[in-house]
Amino acid sequence: MKAQTLAEIAESESADGPIVRLSNVVKTYRAGSVEVPAVKGISFEIPRQRFSMIVGPSGSGKTTLLNLIGCIDRPTQGSIVVGGQQVGILDDNAISDFRAKRVGFIFQNFSLIPVLSAWENIDYPLMLLGIPAEQRRELSTRMLEAVGLSAQRDRRPNELSGGQKQRVAIARALVKGPDFVLADEPTANLDSKTGASIVDLMRRMQEEYSTTFVFSTHDPHLMSHADETFTIRDGQLVDHIARGSHC
Amino acid sequence: MLTLKIAFRNIFRNTRRSLTTLATIAIGAMAVLVFGAYITYIQYGVQTGAVQGTGHLQVFRNGYFNYGTAAPSDWGIDHYQDLLRLIREDPELKQLTAVVTPIQSLAGIAGNFENNTSKPFFGAGFVPSSRDRMKQWNEYGTDSRGLTHSGLQDNDLTRGITGSGVVRILGLCGQLHLQECPPAPKLASSSSDPSTNAFATPAPDLAELSGRDKPVNDAHSDEPVIDLLAATAGGAPNVVTLRVSNVELQTLKELDDNYVGMNLGLAQNLIYGRGEHKVSGIVVQLKRTEDLERARKRLLVLFKERGLDMEIRDFTELNPQYNQIIGMFRSIFAFISAIISMVVLFTVTNAMGMSVVERTGEIGTSRAMGVRRQGIRRQFLTEGGLLGIMGATLGVVLAYLVAYAINHSGLTWSPPGQVGRSPLRLYLIGAEWLVVTTWIGLFFVSAFAAFVPANRAARMVVVDALRHV
Repeated sequence: MKAQTLAEIAESESADGPIVRLSNVVKTYRAGSVEVPAVKGISFEIPRQRFSMIVGPSGSGKTTLLNLIGCIDRPTQGSIVVGGQQVGILDDNAISDFRAKRVGFIFQNFSLIPVLSAWENIDYPLMLLGIPAEQRRELSTRMLEAVGLSAQRDRRPNELSGGQKQRVAIARALVKGPDFVLADEPTANLDSKTGASIVDLMRRMQEEYSTTFVFSTHDPHLMSHADETFTIRDGQLVDHIARGSHC
Repeated sequence: MLTLKIAFRNIFRNTRRSLTTLATIAIGAMAVLVFGAYITYIQYGVQTGAVQGTGHLQVFRNGYFNYGTAAPSDWGIDHYQDLLRLIREDPELKQLTAVVTPIQSLAGIAGNFENNTSKPFFGAGFVPSSRDRMKQWNEYGTDSRGLTHSGLQDNDLTRGITGSGVVRILGLCGQLHLQECPPAPKLASSSSDPSTNAFATPAPDLAELSGRDKPVNDAHSDEPVIDLLAATAGGAPNVVTLRVSNVELQTLKELDDNYVGMNLGLAQNLIYGRGEHKVSGIVVQLKRTEDLERARKRLLVLFKERGLDMEIRDFTELNPQYNQIIGMFRSIFAFISAIISMVVLFTVTNAMGMSVVERTGEIGTSRAMGVRRQGIRRQFLTEGGLLGIMGATLGVVLAYLVAYAINHSGLTWSPPGQVGRSPLRLYLIGAEWLVVTTWIGLFFVSAFAAFVPANRAARMVVVDALRHV
């Protein structure tokens, strides 16, 4: 297996095709001697610059699917092509670099670095990419303003509310200008009002930054916000609704 | 920079645990440094005592060191004044040496006729002014050992010094007004029976010999007098009389009961009689110990150039207990350092291991955001190293404070190889190598201790780490 550099990955990328293409993806976990299938031969494509939602009940395989798309897990079978790149052939360092540059994550439990302030958490992915300090300062500050947290700039995560933490997480995911952002049930730990405001913010940011959002939820009420909805049940794709159409 | 910032902040995230870990490292560092400073003081002290007594180097006729002490007169250095001149006037050695002086070893029987007591003795003849100058050698600022001024004069061949045991056994304590020197208890069978004490009632010819040497003008009638009997180089018995003007307590009882020191001229009179006066060795005391090898090499060159068959022995050979004492303390130091390193190792490993478990989710987040495995490993190694740096630095500061407190506390003790009590001191200033080595050592131990937890963190599966609650 030959490791590819980011430059090689970028060259192989197709700008017109879907951002993610899954072909007959299977993921099976092993719990002792028992094999537990989490994803059972799913194939679909996620279009670029869309607000896509993966919907399904708890345990349906949404998080596993997002982990596979986000390149933090590898499929047991099948292939995943992200931005024209077959990610299965990348070694650990190459895939880490790939994530650092091209994938933004928003987690259900916020997952901010507790010892860094709100501003530093947003700055963190830029530092990983080795962006010069002056440019980082400008980008991070602008992103902090975009999510409405300028006043909370120097607060640590434990000094922020759940909604504020998730705003920081959104800013952190977007600040590096990724190809797509994966949000794994970002509203699950928030009250309904705050959750709705977070979905609104993500939607607004997706449009403003023309990026691709892939959002998982078990709440069907949020489906109205999505351009594309993929419904998962028992590890299988059971429905796909594009805006205004039903397949 | 980011790694350092996160590491520094994480150290104080769990304050109690970090403080416990830092305290362990700091106390460990302090213990190593304080004990090391104590050993340094002992080493310097023992070295000072040895160098004051025997000089750094002694020059003998080849073979004397191993075979000559039984018959020092047979191994005497002829024309020793020429040898002295050669050493003293060599331009290179002149810069290095503090004292170059002859000595004569001797052994025989010391007797106190008035008390009908006698005993074997061994000792040395020396130049009193040179001996007193040698006693001033104090390169490391430790206290001088033993009698720093013998009270003898170079031109006075009648007087000498002895170990306290010599005067006690010969019954001279009263005249010298010595403390802690009780009279000998009466024995059931008389030890002063002339038939069992050959020297107590000397043969007429020996008594006559002894009587000849008695000082005529007895200006120091208070000073006790002993008679020294020895065989001359020619094999004949010879007797000289010695006024004991001072007593020098020796470190070993055997030495204290047998030591007699005297003016070189008197020792030569006793050993060589009217024959050529020789010496058994030349003592070379240097200004600085670090010049020892340079001086030795130069002496060897001089001897080779002039075809002299001489041997050179340094103070560690002349004082075998020196290496034994230093070796023992170094072994204890190594043992204590190893134990402290193990304690620090396990404490830091435990602290870092707990930190890895607590931060599993954070590790998953960082990995998801693109941090490589080696980035995670570096993060935890940095934290371990930082703990080591902070703990060791704190330990160094504590050690200096403890050393200052002890050095100014007025505590006293009896160091090995020394008679009487000395101020207890810790030599940290001047032992920078010890401070630097300890500091670097603890840094590496702490970083090494973090290696296993850091590796475990680096090998975590991202999705498992993210699932961790």
